[in-house]
Amino acid sequence: MKVDKKLVEYLANLSRLEFDDTKLEEITAQLKGIVKYVEKLNTLDTGDVAPTAHILPLKNVFRKDEVTPSINRDKIFKSSPESDNGYFIVPRVIEE
Amino acid sequence: MELCDKTIHDLSGMLAKKEIQPSEIMKSALSRMEKTGEFASFIKTFPEEAMKCAGEQDKKALKGSLSGIPVAIKDNMCIEGKGTTCASHILEGFTAPYTATAVQKLLDEGAIVIGKTNMDEFAMGSSTETSFFGNTLNPWNKDTVPGGSSGGSATSVALGEAAGSLGSDTGGSIRQPASLCGLVGLKPTYGRVSRYGLVAFASSLDQIGPFAKDVEDAAILLKAISGYDAKDSTSVNAEVPDYPSQIKNGIKGLRIGVPREYFLEGIDNEVEACVRKAIKDLENCGAEIRDVSLPRTEYAVATYYIIATAEASSNLARYDGVHYGLREKAGNIIDLYKKTRSAGFGDEVKRRIILGTYVLSSGYYDAYYLKAQKVRTLIKEDFSKAFGEVDVIVTPTSPTTAWKIGEKTDDPLKMYLSDIYTISANLAGIPAVSLNCGFSAGLPVGLQLQAAHFNEAVLLRTAYAFEQMNDYHKKRAFSETAENQVKYY
Amino acid sequence: MEYEIVIGLEVHVQLNTLSKMFCGCSTKFGAEPNTQTCPVCLGLPGVLPVMNEEAIRLAVKTGMAFGCRVSNFCKFDRKNYYYPDLPKNYQISQYDKPLNMGGSVPIRIDGQKKAIKLTRIHLEEDAGKLVHDVCGGSGVDLNRTGLPLMEIVSEPDIHSPDEAYAYLVSLKQGLRYLGVSDCNMEEGSLRCDANISIRPKGTSRLGTKTEIKNLNSFANVKKSLEYEAKRQEKAIGNGERIIQETRLWDAAKEKTISMRSKEEAHDYRYFPEPDLVPVILEDEYFKKVSGEIPEMPDVRYERFIEEYKLSGYDAGVMTSDKDLADFFEETSKQGADPKKVANWVMGDFLKEINTAKISICDARVKPSALAMLIKLIDKGTISGKIAKDVFAEMFASGKNPEDIIKEKGIVQISDEKEIEAVIKDVLKNNPKVVEDYKSGKKSASGFIVGLVMKASKGKANPKLVNELLQKKLDEL
Repeated sequence: MKVDKKLVEYLANLSRLEFDDTKLEEITAQLKGIVKYVEKLNTLDTGDVAPTAHILPLKNVFRKDEVTPSINRDKIFKSSPESDNGYFIVPRVIEE
Repeated sequence: MELCDKTIHDLSGMLAKKEIQPSEIMKSALSRMEKTGEFASFIKTFPEEAMKCAGEQDKKALKGSLSGIPVAIKDNMCIEGKGTTCASHILEGFTAPYTATAVQKLLDEGAIVIGKTNMDEFAMGSSTETSFFGNTLNPWNKDTVPGGSSGGSATSVALGEAAGSLGSDTGGSIRQPASLCGLVGLKPTYGRVSRYGLVAFASSLDQIGPFAKDVEDAAILLKAISGYDAKDSTSVNAEVPDYPSQIKNGIKGLRIGVPREYFLEGIDNEVEACVRKAIKDLENCGAEIRDVSLPRTEYAVATYYIIATAEASSNLARYDGVHYGLREKAGNIIDLYKKTRSAGFGDEVKRRIILGTYVLSSGYYDAYYLKAQKVRTLIKEDFSKAFGEVDVIVTPTSPTTAWKIGEKTDDPLKMYLSDIYTISANLAGIPAVSLNCGFSAGLPVGLQLQAAHFNEAVLLRTAYAFEQMNDYHKKRAFSETAENQVKYY
Repeated sequence: MEYEIVIGLEVHVQLNTLSKMFCGCSTKFGAEPNTQTCPVCLGLPGVLPVMNEEAIRLAVKTGMAFGCRVSNFCKFDRKNYYYPDLPKNYQISQYDKPLNMGGSVPIRIDGQKKAIKLTRIHLEEDAGKLVHDVCGGSGVDLNRTGLPLMEIVSEPDIHSPDEAYAYLVSLKQGLRYLGVSDCNMEEGSLRCDANISIRPKGTSRLGTKTEIKNLNSFANVKKSLEYEAKRQEKAIGNGERIIQETRLWDAAKEKTISMRSKEEAHDYRYFPEPDLVPVILEDEYFKKVSGEIPEMPDVRYERFIEEYKLSGYDAGVMTSDKDLADFFEETSKQGADPKKVANWVMGDFLKEINTAKISICDARVKPSALAMLIKLIDKGTISGKIAKDVFAEMFASGKNPEDIIKEKGIVQISDEKEIEAVIKDVLKNNPKVVEDYKSGKKSASGFIVGLVMKASKGKANPKLVNELLQKKLDEL
């Protein structure tokens, strides 16, 4: 699988990051190296192996449907870059 | 010996006998902190608050197992009313409105938090060099790294600033700095300690654990933080043993395995020698030493970097400048995201987000993420099989002792490979502990013990038996008086 | 060329829980912005989700009721995308192992029964809400963030806007019967997106589809599909190619508008949610939930026709709402004639309910009282006309009809002598009308009946009035 600048640009956009050209080159080279290294996994036959998503066999962990107190929004707005009138404010978003 | 150089169990004994008061311990710790600032253990300290709290405890009957004990918390765990930075610029201005369960449990036992410790940004690193706030120095040699990512939590205890501390371990981030700083550092079984309030790096691997000067202290801290938490669906509802009372039972007849795959290429000769000697010591304690095999060990680093970065790429998506933390000005929302995240994250974090995004992206998921999850199953099976034959697996913690600052920062893969011995325990979810087993060129060497799920007690028992065979744990990296500056090595 | 329309609907419904899907914040509608939030639904650093067991139960109940294959293993996945109403920038959803697969929603169209096949019903958390033009930007309200949703995806199995409408009505009825959702479009507890394509009649390959969003009522779903089908047909007729895209329904202009701005390819990078463990359900659980499923509206519809001999139309109205159907059935069981019950329910009862804007359960008129009223009419104790006034009083006060009649002294006069006396008076006082009648204008008798009823203040038994008057007129 080809790791190139175009792919890294695509990934950067997906993850909402941006790089200047020098950084892009550097990251592409590093990603190439890392990807080459992790591809050693392909030497292992995992044909009928089940994937592990959770290491412990836990199941059915539930919460009762009960209302607990919400947080005072002013406490959150204290850490917020911009808020007004009870809202978090962001630059105008054009509706989807 | 200053009070701040004493162990928690010694201090608790003195408090119980009313030989000292909490404020005396705190004074000693804070005065040490004033002298050790250059090591940069902390991102933020709370000396006045801590002193006030200790003063209040002077007047009260002390009930908790950690009353009067100064502790340090890695700055990726939330404490209500305090900043939580994860050593990142992106969380600038964020104040946590709640307290992490593990921290709350320490507070409930009477511990006093003296500060939030430095770390690799979002716990991504093995040297505490990726912190936005600058790097932390190894107490044994200022030119070297303390390990990471919980470097500050390690140095705070090694320097006597805190009597104990909490770190988080995703691929070795407690055990490796414990090894490089000559401490006991324990990563509990996945699910033993609640992750609620721990800022997630890789959710299926992260676990909070203690740093301590010796095994008994580690047992006390582990007991305090363990247990089921309804706020963490992955925490396990199982009884927490009384670890401190079980450490002294000896290891006669215990089967200890030595996996041949951990002594191949890349291991430093002196490190290997120390570990081999330690294995002999364990045998002399009455343990039965056996060869075991963990054949998929060589795939652990690759598996880990796929799973950890994939989860991280998603976990770190929330730092976007919208609801809290840093925001860079922008005319539209997409630019706001991009500018904020690009300015807020350091290079290593960005690198891992890109890698994690890659392994999950359309067309690559099966080849990387799903493949890694399958190899994870094989690695888990390796351990299950080995623990059918032995009770404990002994290995080095790190292939080398502390390295020079800057030595590996240009080569991410080289840095990743320094975690080669610690990563498997996270993938398998098993508990593992590192403790000092000697010195090489003045730098501590770490011994790692691993056990089956929820067998922390046997780990601590083995570690304690080993500790009784030597006095490495009595050595202190920092000494205030000239005559004590001579170190033991 | 003749075309066939192919429609698939994606419906999001909010589950009826008290608290959110992964935290204890209230789900109540209409709170001040960001007051129903906590560290968990705000996606603050370090928080973890914990599953609301009620959300699972309601979704299982839905799956069982619509004949889905309900999985005994269910897991959650993260769907990764950036949007300011999604504080974690991922949505906890279900990807490859949805709780419910298959199943169908029954519809009836032009008297024909049809089952619209379902692809899947899965669980996910809701995003927040963006409010425009706050402080020169957009305001983010996260009260809705983390509400439990079911996404109900139909197969492209719907072949007209009318079918789409019928599907939505039937789905909503079913969900409300189950009590799993309010399905209130105004409050956003039911939302619908539509996929539509057309293909030459008789062919089987699907055409290129467009997705219509911003549909805020069932009527608009239908209208937008009608518009879009015509637009596509016209475009193809002109030799244009249909572009796969999202189009917004503009309800004011009654047209769909292309949304070119959002043409960025999606790559959601789904992966298993590591913070939630799987849900594994046992047979016992399914048995228990199955016991909680009521008779569904289409089954009840058929039974009402069969058992109560209702017309299709009446049965449709009576079963449109579970409480209404219960009310009807309860009243009928008290011995009132079902057809009359249906008329009363469709007439005065629903009129009063709608005027008072209350729910059926809150109505003060109980089935036993309505049954009593109908029986009083049948017995001739009161006239149908008076009964209407009595009903209004019953609705207002909750009193039973016998008490009202007694209090107001409005029992029907069925005493022949009394009625004859009134008739006599009326005939005496209206000689002109009597003359008219005599001169052959037979319709004058109806007018006289009216005068008699008026003179008796409506209390005279109309049947008797008719009989006695006719007798009297014949004697003239």
